[in-house]
Amino acid sequence: MKTIALAGNPNSGKTTLFNALTGSRQHTGNWPGVTVEKKEGRLKNHEDILIQDLPGIYSLSPYTLEEVVSRAYLVKEQPDMVLDIVDGTNIERNLYLTTQLLELNLPVVLAVNMADMVRASGNTLDLKKLSAVLGCPAISISALKKEGLDELTAELAKPQPAGHRPDIFEPQVVQALEEIQKLLADKVPPQSLYWYAVKAFERDERVLEELHLDPGQTSRLEAIVTKVEKEYDDDAESILTTQRYDYIERILAGCFTKKATASSLTLSDKIDRVVTNRWLALPVFVLIMWGIYTIAMGGTVVSIGTMGTDWVNDVLFGEWIPNGVETLLTTLGVGEVLSSLIQDGIVAGVGAVLGFVPQILVLFFLLSILEDCGYMSRVAFIMDRLFRRFGLSGKSFIPLLVATGCGVPGIMASRTIEQDRDRKLTIMTTGFIPCGAKMPIIGLFAGAVFGQSAWVATSAFVIGIAAVVVSGIILKKFKVFAGEPAPFVMELPAYHWPTLTNLLASTWERGWSFIKRAGTLILASSIVLWFLQSFGIVNGSLSLVEDNNVSLLADLGRMLAWIFVPLGWAGDMAWKATVATFTGLIAKEEVVNTFGVLYAGLGEVSEEGTEIWAAVAADFSAVTAWSFLIFNLLCAPCFAAMGAIKREMNNWKWTLASIGYMCGFAYVVSLIVYQIGGLLTGEVTFNVFSVVAFALLGLLLVLLFRKGYCGRDDTIQTAMALESGK
Amino acid sequence: MTLNEFAPGAMLEITKLTGSGAVKRRIMDMGLTRGTRLYIRKVAPLGDPLELTVRGYELSLRKADAVMIEVRKAGPTQEAAA
Repeated sequence: MKTIALAGNPNSGKTTLFNALTGSRQHTGNWPGVTVEKKEGRLKNHEDILIQDLPGIYSLSPYTLEEVVSRAYLVKEQPDMVLDIVDGTNIERNLYLTTQLLELNLPVVLAVNMADMVRASGNTLDLKKLSAVLGCPAISISALKKEGLDELTAELAKPQPAGHRPDIFEPQVVQALEEIQKLLADKVPPQSLYWYAVKAFERDERVLEELHLDPGQTSRLEAIVTKVEKEYDDDAESILTTQRYDYIERILAGCFTKKATASSLTLSDKIDRVVTNRWLALPVFVLIMWGIYTIAMGGTVVSIGTMGTDWVNDVLFGEWIPNGVETLLTTLGVGEVLSSLIQDGIVAGVGAVLGFVPQILVLFFLLSILEDCGYMSRVAFIMDRLFRRFGLSGKSFIPLLVATGCGVPGIMASRTIEQDRDRKLTIMTTGFIPCGAKMPIIGLFAGAVFGQSAWVATSAFVIGIAAVVVSGIILKKFKVFAGEPAPFVMELPAYHWPTLTNLLASTWERGWSFIKRAGTLILASSIVLWFLQSFGIVNGSLSLVEDNNVSLLADLGRMLAWIFVPLGWAGDMAWKATVATFTGLIAKEEVVNTFGVLYAGLGEVSEEGTEIWAAVAADFSAVTAWSFLIFNLLCAPCFAAMGAIKREMNNWKWTLASIGYMCGFAYVVSLIVYQIGGLLTGEVTFNVFSVVAFALLGLLLVLLFRKGYCGRDDTIQTAMALESGK
Repeated sequence: MTLNEFAPGAMLEITKLTGSGAVKRRIMDMGLTRGTRLYIRKVAPLGDPLELTVRGYELSLRKADAVMIEVRKAGPTQEAAA
């Protein structure tokens, strides 16, 4: 088996090339321990060649997860060959990574992509010359138009020698690197010696840690590097970077000819004149977001996503499957318990989750278009200023917007955010936004307690957004988030047409990962909750119960109701509110249904539970209603959303931390609202929890306004200094 | 002068990069090295970040990071005319 690593810059057409070379025979996973996606596939017509897709990177520096994953793979796993894809229309910067790949002492094949666009621009690139200087084959391709792929495949199938290393650096640096190689000769595998020498010269922290140099060696290395730094009056990292770019300029002068006439604006520039225009950018952005929302999640005639979801909920899982299963179970003579498990536990639980699939597919198809054509980078460009204050990325806008419809695709949409910190914070806070399923809860209390005031729904949104902002500001100051510097130095790639294959592949990939989750984690959770809801202790023995009042869940609710006493859930409503909160984990609209069952013994209530308004109004005061509402709006989301969090975090610790944070935050806010609100209305007398409430409020304010851990993240510090200086 | 002090439309040449660590490395990896010419194409609608044309492509950079880039005015080239 021969393994070829596919490396290249983001936006170089790497995904398109990977899809074209491997067809549908791909395997997607994650790199061990990180949320970076890992894809591999067999080369078409060459079953014995495995193509390992590396994350899109600009450099092999040690600073981003993607770069670290890629270089660890290239150096440790030693693939048989590296296929380096470079964007022919942006050759200068793309070759920068090439200069680093050529130092790995692995055979490299260069695929110069976007041949069609290079031709159209009138520029010429002499690949023969380029291939000769770089010492590796260079093939002109267009991954999009499937041009040159046969030639490339043939080159990949041939055995290639490790290329000669081009002379990139100036003599002083070359000499220093030779000395370092002697120093490290017995420390590292000989084939990677040069690469290690370069990294040691750069004082690459990860490599230095790995090398375990003794103090004598460290000081010798330091002496070699410092000598060169003095000569150039610059730091080692910068010297190498500058010389690499100088080298690229030199070689391109010999093989790249720009069209003689002054280039006019490209199509991409013309689009950007409107799309990122100072005045038009925001209206265009709002229009595009509105369009996507309407088509995927809205309630109009063009809302394909909603129609699909309604169909799955009302027809497929509303009639067809339950009826079919019922007939089957009756025919087979299956017992009451088992048929309840299948119908009420599995079919209902999984059905509730699979209902989201059509919306997810439509939404991700549309988002893939934005990503593929290059608009997503513009979103980050336009919204960055607003969001970075909360530790989020400009791209966080999309998950938050989508979450007003449903948190599940919202959380999944966070995947387009490159920076690890921004992505994690977005995942953790997206669930705070009131989703469609929380609307019935809001409706119930607005109707029962607040005279159907529209302010309730409005304030629910304000609370959700405030929770995102406050959490962002609080969390970004913790070391675990602030420790990772997230420079915002982002390419705005030229616009291009998305390809249908790419769109379908990425849409399906996301949809399928969600369906898989519905089949495992979500299924298991639904069964547990079904068990608790359907069984009860009757006359001392465990048996199936019709009435939710006597179910195990009700017992559990009574047992755990004390937890919510500080939130004002007291008296008879305490256990009902607790049980409703638990059933809300299946889906938030269950909260209203549960109240229906518990208050009126009704199997079905209308969406906003009008039947039980009077009973609810008797049990909840304005303050307790707020406390309950806020807790349910902010606490752990439904199982489907938790599944999405697990999928995107790809790490149990982070998943549990997210859910724990949401519950904790919800509890704290509800407690403060109830205790302090109650004091103001006279409903609560001053008690020990009043003190707790004021203490928590104080703590929140401290967390909000403290300086926080800044670490190496000098960007934020500089930003603060700049803004306060104005 | 540093890059953040210039308005869109300026054609500049990098004289020095200050700062250190990941942000500086990232800026240089993207092709902003000593002697590189760049053109400030625009500012985002909310006033930050900047959009630059450098080495034939478009790059966005926050003003806070632009502080690290010392520049001087350069004569117009093809890119400026575009």
